[in-house]
Amino acid sequence: MGNEFFPLFYGFHFYLFGLLALASAILFVTRKSPVAAALWLVNVMFCLAAIYIMLDAQFIGAIQVLVYAGAIMVVFLFVVMLLNLGQPSDVSDIRGNAGRLAAGAVGIAMLAEVMVLARSKFPAQLTLPIPPGEIAAQGPGGVIGPLAAPLFREYLLAFELTSILLLTAIVGAVVIGRKRS
Amino acid sequence: MLAESLALSAALFTIGVIGVLTRRNAIIMFMCVELMLNAVNLSFVALSTLYGAAGQVFVVFVMSVAAAEAAVGLAIIIAIFRHRQSVNLEDINLLKG
Repeated sequence: MGNEFFPLFYGFHFYLFGLLALASAILFVTRKSPVAAALWLVNVMFCLAAIYIMLDAQFIGAIQVLVYAGAIMVVFLFVVMLLNLGQPSDVSDIRGNAGRLAAGAVGIAMLAEVMVLARSKFPAQLTLPIPPGEIAAQGPGGVIGPLAAPLFREYLLAFELTSILLLTAIVGAVVIGRKRS
Repeated sequence: MLAESLALSAALFTIGVIGVLTRRNAIIMFMCVELMLNAVNLSFVALSTLYGAAGQVFVVFVMSVAAAEAAVGLAIIIAIFRHRQSVNLEDINLLKG
């Protein structure tokens, strides 16, 4: 990890991208216009990609930008444009006071619960096939090798099932989305 | 940086939940679900620095499930819009007693 060489530099950028992600997420849920909301969500995803790279997951950072910001969010924006929902509606789509209160209570409860969990100790003996030290090590497979080896060995069945899932999703999307004549 | 990452993940997930609970626009609710998936991905990646690359493998699976979910969900939204000319969930109350 880079934080042992330049701890101040690393920490500064970690908090910078973390706070940017948090601010963008808050702006995302409060925007009225779906296009503005989608663009703020893209900003959250870019900040998360930076954090992934700082956490030694360079490949995940790259596919976060390519798949999430580049493909999934473009599909969202495409649907917003297709249905002509770009302009904010004159009536706000944010629920009334009761809904806001309930959401706030649920939010505070969840945040408290997960913050308590985040402070707990993590078991050290929960070791999985690849020991942690090997992720950062630049072996012959580079940074993708330690990720690709378990994907195509231990998780091969799940990988194949994912391809079936994607095929089902494509067929389902076409069947649901087509015009009935 | 593990505790900070998990705290950021928790905060992003909570913002996503609040968005789903407060918004009525189906597309924005959908994007909030994507934000929650991203928050879970962040905690997977953060814990993979401690427990090994399996967490990053799971992030790949979560991303493909998210892509499949976006494709089917947006097709459903288009189908609903064709019927009702609206994506506001207040207008979609066929099953309400």
